[in-house]
Amino acid sequence: MDPLIYLFFILALSIFLGFALITKVPPLLHTPLMSEANAISGITLIGAVIAAGSGAHSALTIFLGVSSVALTTFNIVGGYLVTERMLKMFKKKTSPNG
Amino acid sequence: MDRAFFLNFVYIISAILFAFGLKFLGSPVSARKGNSLSSLGMLLAVLATLTSKDIISFQWIVVGMFIGAGAGIFVALRAAMTQIPEMVALLHGCGGLGSVFVDWSAYHNTYSMNLSLVTSVALYLSILIGGVTFTGSLVAWGKLSERIPGKPLLFTGQRWINISIVLAIFILGILFILNPQHYAFFLIIFGLSLLLGILLVIPIGGADMPVVISVLNSYSGLVACTTGFVINNILLIVVGSLVGANGIILSIIMCKAMNRSLTNVLFGGFGAVKKSSAQTTQKEAKPISVEDAALILESAKSVVIVPGYGLAVAQAQHVVNELCKQLENNGCDVKFAIHPVAGRMPGHMNVLLAEASISYDQLYEMDAVNPLMETVDVGIVIGANDVVNPAARHDKSSPIFGMPIINIDQAKTVLVLKRSLKPGFAGVENELFYYDNVRMLFGDAKESLQGLVSEFKTK
Repeated sequence: MDPLIYLFFILALSIFLGFALITKVPPLLHTPLMSEANAISGITLIGAVIAAGSGAHSALTIFLGVSSVALTTFNIVGGYLVTERMLKMFKKKTSPNG
Repeated sequence: MDRAFFLNFVYIISAILFAFGLKFLGSPVSARKGNSLSSLGMLLAVLATLTSKDIISFQWIVVGMFIGAGAGIFVALRAAMTQIPEMVALLHGCGGLGSVFVDWSAYHNTYSMNLSLVTSVALYLSILIGGVTFTGSLVAWGKLSERIPGKPLLFTGQRWINISIVLAIFILGILFILNPQHYAFFLIIFGLSLLLGILLVIPIGGADMPVVISVLNSYSGLVACTTGFVINNILLIVVGSLVGANGIILSIIMCKAMNRSLTNVLFGGFGAVKKSSAQTTQKEAKPISVEDAALILESAKSVVIVPGYGLAVAQAQHVVNELCKQLENNGCDVKFAIHPVAGRMPGHMNVLLAEASISYDQLYEMDAVNPLMETVDVGIVIGANDVVNPAARHDKSSPIFGMPIINIDQAKTVLVLKRSLKPGFAGVENELFYYDNVRMLFGDAKESLQGLVSEFKTK
């Protein structure tokens, strides 16, 4: 069987997984949710490191490789850090007069 | 062990960690653990990929990571909480462009060979969505950070220009898919997509940005997904679908909260067709002094505060927290009623209030607080307008008719902190201000709140 069909299979199930997980997130946390989702979309870094590290020859491929690594790393690091900063602020009061 | 097997095995673990990361965001108690798990998944995936046999030199990877991580740390630590939406927009744009460059690189190395139909379709979709995501996000970033005017930018023939670009991209797309070896098609489609991204977002007004950001979030996921098909990577497909689903759900939630369809937000050019509501309500709004307002609050047993973005603009979150504490010391129950579109992106108002150390169990969703409204002694509206306009419930001629609102008018007494009786963003007069149980506390929100706080102190 064409291995491609597995990719579509995974695609279909992942979409369901995404809907199931995300509808459970309360509106309270929608901003951190979006910044975390944004951070994980930087996963294309794993494609970028191959583009940058596979012995690029021309100036164009070097440029594409380096910039894709830089852009996706920026996306990942910025996204996770800002999510962490936000989540740290969500506190529950311990005493009513706190 | 087989290297490819090892790599894919690590990818499965990463995917599970990402899924748990999102699952733990279901509660503020576990959310930070979720974020850590998710970043661990990312680290594992990247480290495992670095051991791949395709990588023969590390110099350029190190250079890129150094630049990206430095910029990421700098921006993330410096951003104020009011700037989160623009930062997220910027991150979407960069992620989108990064993905396109991965696709471009893959295409550059293989275009002379016979690309399969699926690869060329995926390539086409990647550069199209990625290009739109990049420039669209940059325009959104510019609007949110007020580097470019937030007003909808409309010009004559805009619709026709957009339609011809979309048509051109469509026709070139078919040509490209049939002849993927033609580099020129690739470049022209990418260029047109960049242009399209700009043209699609400039006509959208600043107040609709929560929807735009959500849609761009979805796009940034879709690009990761199509890139997964280009370079045959399972993890990219899984993650791309998760993020794509996220953006779609948030867009739908935002649209529902504004009672508008997605097409209306994205292509409607809101603000351009403003109905002149010729209602001349000759009723008098009843102003109140800070002293009298403090007296009303002093005898209140339950208070609901409705914050709008005006609160954040006035930088009054911390004063609100002070007032909230004083009310509680006085034996009063204080709740915050948060409308979904209260901030500049989904959930933004919650973050702004959390920053001011307001306990998250006091932050209530609109649907949770509305049924309680009739039992509330005092409602305080701060910097919000359209989301509390009762016309949305009954006035069919009102442009905001049908929009879900916070029924603050049902509280026994309502204090509205506002500079003047000027209409809100939608340009609609707010009949709430003229209700019998409503008192207007005119002036700057921060100053009024400070006034209330000091009135309480002297008691």
